[in-house]
Amino acid sequence: MKAAQFLYERPTSLPQALALLGAEEHVARVLAGGQSLAPMLNLRLSTPEMLVDVTRTQEMTRAEDERGAVVLGACVTHASIEDGRVPDPTHGIMRRVAAGIAYRAVRNRGTVGGSLAHADPAADWVVTLAALGAQVLVASARARRTLTISELVVGPFETSLAAGEMIEAIRIPKISRDARWGYCKIARKAGKFADAMAAILFDPQADIHRIVVGATESRPLVIEGSGEPMRRSDLARAAASGDEVAGADLLERAGLAGDAYFVHLHLVALKRALSEAKPQ
Amino acid sequence: MKLTLKVNGMSVSHDVEPRLHLADFLREKLLLTGTHLGCEQGACGACTVLLDGDPVRSCIVYAVACDGREVETIEGLDSDETMVELRAAMSRHHGLQCGFCTPGMMLTARDIVARVPDAGERRIRQELSGNICRCTGYMGIVAAIRSVLADRATAKPRVKDTSRSEDFAGVQRTERALHDE
Repeated sequence: MKAAQFLYERPTSLPQALALLGAEEHVARVLAGGQSLAPMLNLRLSTPEMLVDVTRTQEMTRAEDERGAVVLGACVTHASIEDGRVPDPTHGIMRRVAAGIAYRAVRNRGTVGGSLAHADPAADWVVTLAALGAQVLVASARARRTLTISELVVGPFETSLAAGEMIEAIRIPKISRDARWGYCKIARKAGKFADAMAAILFDPQADIHRIVVGATESRPLVIEGSGEPMRRSDLARAAASGDEVAGADLLERAGLAGDAYFVHLHLVALKRALSEAKPQ
Repeated sequence: MKLTLKVNGMSVSHDVEPRLHLADFLREKLLLTGTHLGCEQGACGACTVLLDGDPVRSCIVYAVACDGREVETIEGLDSDETMVELRAAMSRHHGLQCGFCTPGMMLTARDIVARVPDAGERRIRQELSGNICRCTGYMGIVAAIRSVLADRATAKPRVKDTSRSEDFAGVQRTERALHDE
């Protein structure tokens, strides 16, 4: 339960951090809040040569209210979001989601960017930010690029980040006041990662109708628009009406793989999220 | 690696390996063994301490990451007003058995009192869910926190008391009875 030896650097600016990550001499990993990485280090599931602690870079702890969006530095903590210490583009949705992540002692350290980089398919931010249509600002010493959550999270605990790249910030679009949100996660114990989860954003003003099914065995399923292999409205109708056979069939066609219990649990999560998102 | 930080109000400097976690630093370098280590993977909450005033799990925070910051452990909160109340309540409600989880429970309890003063039984249990008591003595711990919140609500009438609304009547009666003794 003790981590193997590693070198530790704590840059104070983003360019310094990127230079350390891009250097060829060491295999380096980014350390933000460490709430997923430190347990892995302690268990020696991960043994990087160097940790680059980015929590004291000004660029990555920033929170900016832009026109139409809020940009949160990757090192903004869950507790900062929960307490409303940073601007909230979602009229309280993000605050409620943050309050439900793990436990307060974890939320005080854990960061939104770290959670995305860890890419647990059952993580609250992976699912929530996919539903909110967030963009991930990725930086390396050489270039910058912007990814959607689906482009970032390509599998369970797997991202499309290349060597030397890291998440610098997340841009979350502002949603309209009358947007409706539904969120459900099913877990065996308060604060644990979910066994099944679903998030729904209906924002008619911005023409957004998005369903995300999380805690899958792979990346979260993002279902929107009419070009999908199945129609979103069919799934919503089947889940809401409790049509188990049709709902399970549609979820499987959307890409959810698992046994009957697993699919059922996700259908229940979806049904609950839908009933929350229903207009009053 | 050189590390300087404040622990329980005192400035300390040590040369440590980067892999040393904060709990081992406190226990083995500073001999502050009040902070307990249960799982060392961030699951049990026994090692909870305050970092810049906020509860964190010291087994998954590396000591070097706390350079220039302020740590408070159970030892440093002897005369803390909330802790004095919580200690008396824990004793009154038999809130500990083997005592291993107690330092972490106390730090989390203090955070609940400060941050969620109107918490009812359900909310207290939810807030405590990251601290595991293997004696399973949660009833006493929850009752102790509830009694501190109730006493504070009576002492300061401006704080709205909603803690009764979601309570189980039985627990409420038991606690009143204990108070009357």
